[in-house]
Amino acid sequence: MSSKDLHTQGLMQLAEGLENGDFTAVELVTALLDRIQAHDGELNAFITVTADAALQAAKRSDELRRKGDGGVLNGLPLVHKDIFCTRGVLTTCGSRMLENFVSPYDATVVRRMADAGAVMLGKTNMDEFAMGSSNETSYFGPVKNPWDLACSPGGSSGGSAASVAARISPAATGTDTGGSIRQPAALTGTTGLKPTYGRVSRYGMVAFASSLDQAGVITRSAEDAALLLGVMAGFDARDSTSIDHPVPDYLAGLGRPLKGLRVGIVRQHFDAGLDEETGSAVREALSVLEAQGASLTEVDLPNLDLSVPTYYVVAPAECSSNLSRFDGVRFGHRAENPEDLLDLYCRSRGEGFGAEVKRRILTGTYVLSAGYYDAYYLKAQQVRQLIADDFRKAFADVDVIAGPTAPSPAFRLGDKTDDPITMYLNDIYTIGANLAGLPGISIPCGFASELPVGLHLVGPHFGEEQILRTAHQYQLLTDWHTRCPEGYA
Amino acid sequence: MSLDKDQVQHIAMLARLRVADDEIAETVDKLSRIVDFVDQLSQADTTAVVPMAHPLDAAQRLRPDAVTEPDERDEAQKNAPALSDGFYLVPKVIE
Repeated sequence: MSSKDLHTQGLMQLAEGLENGDFTAVELVTALLDRIQAHDGELNAFITVTADAALQAAKRSDELRRKGDGGVLNGLPLVHKDIFCTRGVLTTCGSRMLENFVSPYDATVVRRMADAGAVMLGKTNMDEFAMGSSNETSYFGPVKNPWDLACSPGGSSGGSAASVAARISPAATGTDTGGSIRQPAALTGTTGLKPTYGRVSRYGMVAFASSLDQAGVITRSAEDAALLLGVMAGFDARDSTSIDHPVPDYLAGLGRPLKGLRVGIVRQHFDAGLDEETGSAVREALSVLEAQGASLTEVDLPNLDLSVPTYYVVAPAECSSNLSRFDGVRFGHRAENPEDLLDLYCRSRGEGFGAEVKRRILTGTYVLSAGYYDAYYLKAQQVRQLIADDFRKAFADVDVIAGPTAPSPAFRLGDKTDDPITMYLNDIYTIGANLAGLPGISIPCGFASELPVGLHLVGPHFGEEQILRTAHQYQLLTDWHTRCPEGYA
Repeated sequence: MSLDKDQVQHIAMLARLRVADDEIAETVDKLSRIVDFVDQLSQADTTAVVPMAHPLDAAQRLRPDAVTEPDERDEAQKNAPALSDGFYLVPKVIE
């Protein structure tokens, strides 16, 4: 393999190449830093590029390898969504509020990846505080979709998805509160995994909605996602919601054929509101699974229609509480010449947060305020229970639930910014998994209007092995995940 | 409009968030749309449904009351906008 082609390889191939001595980590990292230079001007996928630190880390990993040492990701490059705290490196969360924030510590996800030998190339652009589905709420400007620069890559992990789709990085971390890994993965033709709530530590991940947030990855294949999940997953005493549950060998289970797999189909997922070509691509993908011996069964999620309104009560409520820490006193943006303490708080926050973040804080404050708590917040947590029960019942009969990830392919930048509800409805198929704490993955399964379409697979709690295996078996039979946008080959 | 300007200003004060004069009309409009949208929840029959406290029904874990973290105040305070002798500075609160 010539060093000219290194950017085209996934993590598993790169690991093999490094092991065989076909190229060094320094050569690999240099090639990818060159890709960033060449392409990030048009994509705006990065907020910070850590070129010097990446080359240093690559050198160290080459030295370790010469000694026969090094972790499972030794020398493998990746990028982190700028929501993960990175010691000594800018961590902005896409916000003016944290424009100059240098984290004094590493997120557990960042630490575990680095300890396994991964080399961080930089920090990726995102919707401000992960609130958005198009990357247009970033203080640092929107990310462009490599499949069509006039389109959004989705969000909030849009920079991560665009960098993987454009063959700039073989893998990226992301976070998913309502679809923020899976929807951009669908819109950019990449593989995006959101694990079970509590599977991966949230320590050092800037909090948006703590009962929904979960870290995951965007990669070029399910196999690469399985490799990274094995490193990221596991109990962390520093996250009080981390769950102490054994971490299986996610790669080991991928080879099991699909014969006997029970796949649930949700009828409402194919109702009006789903783009026709997107629906055809997804149905075609389902027939591929069926041809491999999987059985398709219709399952009913009667409260699914209420998932988006439920989410837009629960998530803003938690956001308004979490974001109260940004006060202009200890860190973050501070207004000039405050008249008094109240003015310092109100103006620092008013200037530091963008319009969508303000809307969510206000919505959350409203639904939690005296007289409204029962009607909104309590009610939403009850409906959330109903939605979780629907999934619980469905998973008594099926192993995975399959459907579209997003109702349509990538939309044009600016198309959905006028009406918040139109934007929110983009996450209609993904939000249920967050409300119920379930793992989900989006994998490329075709094209609509020449833009990628994602197939969404949801599993029961800690069912990552099942959805990864289904995705991997599908990817053995299809080549959608290997398709590359023009100009980025 | 389910919300008016005064209500939005009141919520903004509760949230300690300044909404500039030129942002207020749009904020009232969009927040009203969001509130109307989430009002759908009132249709759901939730009689006797226990509100969800945790997606996996897990309980809050407790840890032993022991000092485990080192003092990293100096490192953390590098991000502070205004400091004096290790203290955070704010406008005078007591006359």
